[in-house]
Amino acid sequence: MIILGVALLSGSLLIGTFIGNLVGSLLGVDANVGGVGIAMILLILSTNLLARSGRLRPETSAGISFWSGMYIPIVVAMAATQNVVGAVTAGPVAVVAGVAAVAVSFLLVPVLARVKTPGIDEPVEVFAEEA
Amino acid sequence: MDALVSTLQDNDLVVAFALVGLVTAIAMLISKVLTRGKFQASAIAIIIGLVLAYIGGVATGGEDGLADLSLFSGIGLMGGGMLVNLAIVATGFGASFEEMKKSGLGGIISLVLGVVLSFAIGVVIAVMFGYSDPVDLTTIGAGTATYIVGPVTGAALGASSGIIALSVGAGLVKSVLTMVLTPFVAKYIGLNNPRSAIVFGGLLGTTSGVTAGLAATDKRLVPYGAMTSTFYTGLGLLLAPSVLFFAVRTIFG
Repeated sequence: MIILGVALLSGSLLIGTFIGNLVGSLLGVDANVGGVGIAMILLILSTNLLARSGRLRPETSAGISFWSGMYIPIVVAMAATQNVVGAVTAGPVAVVAGVAAVAVSFLLVPVLARVKTPGIDEPVEVFAEEA
Repeated sequence: MDALVSTLQDNDLVVAFALVGLVTAIAMLISKVLTRGKFQASAIAIIIGLVLAYIGGVATGGEDGLADLSLFSGIGLMGGGMLVNLAIVATGFGASFEEMKKSGLGGIISLVLGVVLSFAIGVVIAVMFGYSDPVDLTTIGAGTATYIVGPVTGAALGASSGIIALSVGAGLVKSVLTMVLTPFVAKYIGLNNPRSAIVFGGLLGTTSGVTAGLAATDKRLVPYGAMTSTFYTGLGLLLAPSVLFFAVRTIFG
């Protein structure tokens, strides 16, 4: 049943968001700290568990895959609701600060990508260019 | 005509699905005809989305882009936090937990460094533009981290509304630039594997910018970048009004 996949996804998000809010209030900040990340881990672990015992049916997967496939369209909608006018008319301080932060962060990606977690020597998977 | 308008308004989420589908179709056509497939349709679609947001903002003077036009209010629901989070988590389906563990240390370092570095850059730029009050500097630095951290920090420290608006502006510039530039620079910064995506998410931190930028580059990278960027705003909210503010006050106070 497709709804089982959608429900598993929704349940993961709800639990993750709840934990993220709890972490936020423990730290004294009014924000969801890492909720989406926790939800993602819950989804990965639960689907792996189901798959290992052979109980992850194709229809269940389809309920999750559909929302994964809707990700880019949803991001396009998100882009269409950004305060772009605010960004464009933000004034020189904001523009220079934003540009500099992005440029320096980009430059540091290849530097920090070399950091290895101690004890793990296997190389990371590299994605081939999409056709 | 009234009947048409009310049909569209009553079915706003459905209108949003149709509109985004149309935008995607146009983007695919542009990608194929104008760039001969060299430039991904999803990147073009996201840029068209930003252009539509600009048009919506100019037309209404609002802050929610196209969603401020009542005919397109469904875009706000479709691109709002709830469905965005649901779809981001769904992209984690099929992602490798092992790959995430392999890059744990780099992810944590990039998160802390990302928040502190963006903050410091914001502060330095503000000093160069003649700001000297520690509260103003901290608020602008916090906004350079993300546009959520800026106003929350500014409100906590009692910054003026002009400074808070400036901090939001810095965060918006960062977010929009990340969305637009990531697919262009991805090749040059090695953004083609889970580890660099995790580091990227931690360094840039703006969840909307990171996840949209990675989507426009290669959708398989999205869950890894989302994994770290989801902690960034919380960390920023924790550090900016406290440790980072004290540091700024010590140096410039």
